[in-house]
Amino acid sequence: MKIVYTDVLVIGGGLAGLRVGIGAKRRGHDVVIISLVPPKRSHSAAAQGGMQASLGNVIKGQGDNEDVHFEDTVRGSDWGADQRVVRMFVNTAPKAVRELAAWGVPWSRVRKGDREVIINNQKVTITERDEAHGLVAQRDFGGTKKWRTCYVSDGTGHAMLQTMSDQAIAAAIPVHERTEAISLIHDAGRCYGAIVRDLVTGELCAYVAKATAITSGGAGRLYRVTTNAVICEGIGSAIALETGVATLGNMEAMQFHPTGIFPAGILVTEGCRGDGGLLKDVDGRRFMPDYEPEKKELASRDVVSRRMEEHIAKGKGAKNRFGEHLWLDITLLGEKHIKHNLREVWEICHHFLGIDPVKDWIPVRPAMHYTMGGVRTDYTGQSPTLKGLFAAGEAACWDMHGFNRLGGNSVAETVVAGMIVGEYVADFCDKAANDVDIPTKLAQEFLRREQAHLSGLLTGSGTEDAAALKASMQEIMTAKVGIFRRGEDLASAVDELQQLLVRSRNIGLKYKAGGSNPELVTAYRVQKMLKLALCVAYGALTRTESRGAHFRQDHPRRNDAEWLKRTLATWRGDATLPTLSYEPLDVRAMELPPGWRGYGAKDYVDHPDTPARAADVEALKQRMAGASRFAVQEALMPYGALLPERLRGRNERIDERFEAAE
Amino acid sequence: MNTAKVVKIVPASQAGGNGAAHRALKIHVLRHNPQDPASVPRMQTYDVEEADGMTLFIALNEIREKMDASLQFDFVCRAGICGSCAMVINGRPTLACRTLTKNLPTEITLAPLPFFELIGDLSVDTGKWMRGMSERLEGWLHMKDPNPDISRIEERMDPDLADKIYELDRCIECGCCVAACGTARMREDFVGAVGLNRVARFRLDPRDARTDADYYDVIGDDNGVFGCMSLLACHDVCPKNLPLATQIAFMRRKMVKMAWGK
Repeated sequence: MKIVYTDVLVIGGGLAGLRVGIGAKRRGHDVVIISLVPPKRSHSAAAQGGMQASLGNVIKGQGDNEDVHFEDTVRGSDWGADQRVVRMFVNTAPKAVRELAAWGVPWSRVRKGDREVIINNQKVTITERDEAHGLVAQRDFGGTKKWRTCYVSDGTGHAMLQTMSDQAIAAAIPVHERTEAISLIHDAGRCYGAIVRDLVTGELCAYVAKATAITSGGAGRLYRVTTNAVICEGIGSAIALETGVATLGNMEAMQFHPTGIFPAGILVTEGCRGDGGLLKDVDGRRFMPDYEPEKKELASRDVVSRRMEEHIAKGKGAKNRFGEHLWLDITLLGEKHIKHNLREVWEICHHFLGIDPVKDWIPVRPAMHYTMGGVRTDYTGQSPTLKGLFAAGEAACWDMHGFNRLGGNSVAETVVAGMIVGEYVADFCDKAANDVDIPTKLAQEFLRREQAHLSGLLTGSGTEDAAALKASMQEIMTAKVGIFRRGEDLASAVDELQQLLVRSRNIGLKYKAGGSNPELVTAYRVQKMLKLALCVAYGALTRTESRGAHFRQDHPRRNDAEWLKRTLATWRGDATLPTLSYEPLDVRAMELPPGWRGYGAKDYVDHPDTPARAADVEALKQRMAGASRFAVQEALMPYGALLPERLRGRNERIDERFEAAE
Repeated sequence: MNTAKVVKIVPASQAGGNGAAHRALKIHVLRHNPQDPASVPRMQTYDVEEADGMTLFIALNEIREKMDASLQFDFVCRAGICGSCAMVINGRPTLACRTLTKNLPTEITLAPLPFFELIGDLSVDTGKWMRGMSERLEGWLHMKDPNPDISRIEERMDPDLADKIYELDRCIECGCCVAACGTARMREDFVGAVGLNRVARFRLDPRDARTDADYYDVIGDDNGVFGCMSLLACHDVCPKNLPLATQIAFMRRKMVKMAWGK
C-alpha cells in the first residue's frame, strides 16, 4: 500500500485551500495539496466582480468600516450567520486585500478627480479625493450600504488565484494535480487524512496527516442550471458527511444568482448591476423599482432572483426558443466601460450568445450559484465533532453567510478564512498531543474498503446508468428544490432522490477500465452527490419557514421563534435520508438582533428573546454615547480573542489614520 | 416513497427547438490511451446531431454520455476563463468550451494539444508543464518586504499601470501559444510565449524586487527570449488576445540591452 505522510493535507487547490496551505507552511508545517485540476483552473477564477473589504478609499465608500460591513453581511444572511464569525471576517478582509496587494494582485486603483458613473439610471459625476489616488478602488455591489467591493477589472478571482497559486509555488508547496479524495480516514472522532484516487492512473493511495482541511468549494452541479464549473460537485463535503461523524450545516441554503446567461447558466457578474446595469422585462421596462423601491437592482441576490421569477410568472418574461427570460441592459454604461471594466462579460456574450452587450441586451435568468452550507466548523475552522478535520471557503459552514451570501463576500471568505484557519491548523499541528499515532492497519482498512467499492462498480453486474442518474438528480433539484419551494414538491423530490440513491447502488459500467475512466468517476461521484442532494431537499422540506435564499411559498414568513437555528445533517451507513438536528442561534449574544433587512419581505415572526436583546443593545449604545465605535462593539459582542494573534488589531483608512504613522 | 417517475432529460439547448432541421455533424477525434499498452493512436468518428447554441463542450459531453463512456477530455469552467479545454480544432489550437459548432463545417476534427504530455484522447497535462515553467522562471512576485504590515494603508500604484499589469495577468495558461509555437517544436525546454509574458508581467510590476539582470538569468538564452523566431502563431491563437508579439519583442530588446551592458 502506498502511503503519503504529511502534517497538513489540503483537499482542494482553489483560493481557500492555497491560503490555508501557505499559512500552515509559513508556520513550519509540511503541506500537501490535492486538487482535481491544476490550481489555477479552480472555480475561484470565476469570481469576476470582486471582493468586499471596507477600505473606504473611493468617495462612495467614505465612512465605510468594519461595522457597516458587519451589518450588511448579517442582514444579507437574514440573521442566519454566526455574528462572531462575521466580526472576525470583516476585521480581516481589509488585511486580506492588503496582503494580496503586497503579493502581486493588480487591484484596480482609484484615480483622483472627476469621473462619470451611472447610479440609478442617471449619469452622475463623482469626484475622487487626491489622497485616495493610487489606492485600491471599490465598486458598488448588491446588499451593501457603501461601495466596498475591491476588484481587478472583471477578472478579480482570476487575478487573485494567479497570485495565490504563484505564492504557493514560491513556498514550494506540492500540489498533487488530478487527484481526488474519495474517503476520509478516521477513528474514534479523530480524522487522520484521506484515501486519494489518482484520476489518471486510477491508483488509490492513503494520505496520512495530522490535520486535514476540506477546501473543495461548492456543490452547484447538484442542479442542472448552475453558474458553477463542472468540477463543483461537492465531493469534499460528501466525504465529510460519509464519515457519519462530521456534520454538514444549512445545506438547504442554496443561492441563485440573478444573472446567469440564458440558457447556458454562465455567470455575468453582479458588477454589471453594481456599475449601473438595469434589469428589464419583455416590454423593455425596468421592473425592479416596483418591487424593491429602496435597493432596486441592488437588493441582495436572493431577493432580486425571486423578484425576477415572480415577474416572469406574471407573464412579463421575454421568450426565445429555449424558454422565458429577462434582460440585463448594460448598454447605458458605454463601450469604453464595457470593454475595459466588464471585458469578460463582453467575451462571454460574444462567444456564447453571439451578441454585443455594447448594443444588445443580455438574456438572463437566475441560476444556482452558491452553496452557503457545507462542513460545519467552529470559529477556528475545525469540525466540532471530528477532531483534526478543518474546512474553509465555500465547502465550509463557518458560518458567515447564514441563509444568503452577499456578492463579493465569497472570494473574500476564501482568503480570509484561509488566513484564519491556516493559523489554527498550524496551532493544531504544533501540539505534540496531535501527532499521528495510528496503526498503518487503519489506513489499510479504509483503502481496502474503497478499493473493494470501486472494483464492485467495475466488475459488478449492476444495470443502472450513472450519467442518467446524475441527469435525473439535477433535473429534480432544478425543478423542485429551486428558488420557490413548496412542501409537496419538496416531499416528492425527497422521494425521488431516495429512489435514485437506491438505484445508484446498482450502477453498471459500460466501460470497465480501471485507470482514467470518466464513467467510473461519474459513478462513484453520483452516489455521493445524491446524499448531498438529499441533505438539501430534506433540509428544505423540514424547514417550514422562509429565510434568505430558502423560500417556502407555503411558509413565506421568516420565523425566528421556531427557526432561528442552523440545520445539521449527518449520514448513517446505508440510510437513504440524512439525520437532521438543529443548533440554535443565541439571540441574547447577538450584536445585531434580528429585524428587517432593509429590502425584501417586512413580515417576520420575532424570537421571544429579540425585544429584550434589542432593548439591551439600545440601552448600551445610549449609555456609551460618545465612546469609540470599537469600545461599543467590544461591549456588545467581544470577539477579538477569537482571532489568531497576528490577525488582531484595527485597520488603517484614509479617514482613520493610525496615530503613530511612520 | 412515491412510485418511480421517469424524468425525461432534454438538454436546454434542444428544448423548444424552432423546428428547423439540424445539421448532421461528423466529429473525428484522435484517440489514444497511453495508460493502456494495447492502445494505438487512431481516428474515431462520432455522428452528432447539431443543436441550437451547441458548443464543443455540449457535443463532447453528449458523445461521452450517450455513445462512448471512455472518451477523455477536460472541461472545468465551460465559460472560457479557466483554460482547461484547449485542443486542436480543425487544425487550430483554441478553447473548445466556447467554440460554437455552428461556426464550424460539418466535418470537425479534434486532436489533443501537441507538445504537452498526453493523458488520453483530448486530455493533456498542461498543469505539470506550467508548474515546471513557473518554478524555472520563478514566476511569482518577489516581494521587496516579505512581511508587510497589512493593517496599514496599502502602497499606492498608478491606476494605468495596474491596468497594464492586469492586461498581462489575464493569461489562463491554456497552452495554445506553446502548442502553436515553432520553437517549442524544436526546443523542448523553450519557455514559450506564456513564460515570456509571465516575466514581462513581473518586470512591469514595481512591487517586484528583481532587476533586468535577474530576468536575464532566466530568459537570456535560446530557451528563453532569444529562442523565439517571431513566427507569431502564439499571438494569433491566444484566446485572451494577449499582446504576446509586442511583449516578446519588448523583452528581447531589454535583454539585448542587458547583455551589451554586461
